[in-house]
Amino acid sequence: MMNVLTAKYDFSDKLLKVVLSGEIDHHSARALREEIDTKINSLMPEMLVLDLKNISFMDSSGLGLILGRYTKMKEHGGALKVINPAAGAARVLKLAAADKVIPIEWTEEKNQ
Amino acid sequence: MKKKVLNETDLSFPAKSVNESFARYAVSSFCAQLDPTIEELSDIRTAVSEAVTNAIIHGYKEDCNGIVYINVKVCEDRTLIIKVRDKGCGIADIQLAMTPLYSGDPSGERGGMGFSIMETFTDDLSVCSSIGKGTTVTMIKRLSD
Ligand SMILES: Nc1ncnc2c1ncn2[C@@H]1O[C@H](COP(=O)(O)OP(=O)(O)OP(=O)(O)O)[C@@H](O)[C@H]1O
Ligand SMILES: [Mg+2]
Repeated sequence: MMNVLTAKYDFSDKLLKVVLSGEIDHHSARALREEIDTKINSLMPEMLVLDLKNISFMDSSGLGLILGRYTKMKEHGGALKVINPAAGAARVLKLAAADKVIPIEWTEEKNQ
Repeated sequence: MKKKVLNETDLSFPAKSVNESFARYAVSSFCAQLDPTIEELSDIRTAVSEAVTNAIIHGYKEDCNGIVYINVKVCEDRTLIIKVRDKGCGIADIQLAMTPLYSGDPSGERGGMGFSIMETFTDDLSVCSSIGKGTTVTMIKRLSD
């Protein structure tokens, strides 16, 4: 039932791709934020790509996590984009008009 | 108009963040008796998660001596009434707190979208609060026929 949050990292050509799976809430976002920030600080990517296709739940804490990493990337002169957000995550991003600030791309067929 | 209550449950737990997922699943499981759509269930889960997270982080500042109380009523006309209550610090200015993008949180990690999400994902949201006594968030969700 409860679906833990996991992250898989892939770094090449100054691009850090993070494939997230599970549920992002305040509880799970905390550890993930530290983990991603550690990666950003050590790898210094120019582009951070967050793949949300396997995110089964996301609330405003996920939004805060994404906006926070967006700000951090910009401070380093880098950029962030979100790819393939699952339906629930896409709705929350849209509602907050975060999709006006953060580029969202679909690189795969939407499954809805 | 007061609606007839057909079923009801109460739930309480300490203000620990690990209980956020428990709370949203407990409430959505109880609501399953009305056979909601997947989207309606997702709305309920998200709205409950917002209210419970606020109680834990803002109401109680994550002090796990605080208890979060949830009451869910299944009423006639496929109407759900969900109350999330804390006996925490209370909200000084409710109107300001409910303004989209407003956050009283100093960490910079919060977007101030919780109340907007609750508002969008339910049919009615009301907030009662008093300083030092706590906050009650009441959400009404009418399920499609
Ligand atoms: N239960 C509560 N007790 C005390 N203060 C609260 C409570 N709920 C909300 N607030 C206050 O209202 C503000 C706005 O809440 P809202 O959920 O909209 O945004 P947030 O929690 O700051 O950010 P987000 O929900 O986007 O992560 C909070 O920052 C907090 O100051
Ligand atoms: Mg909130």
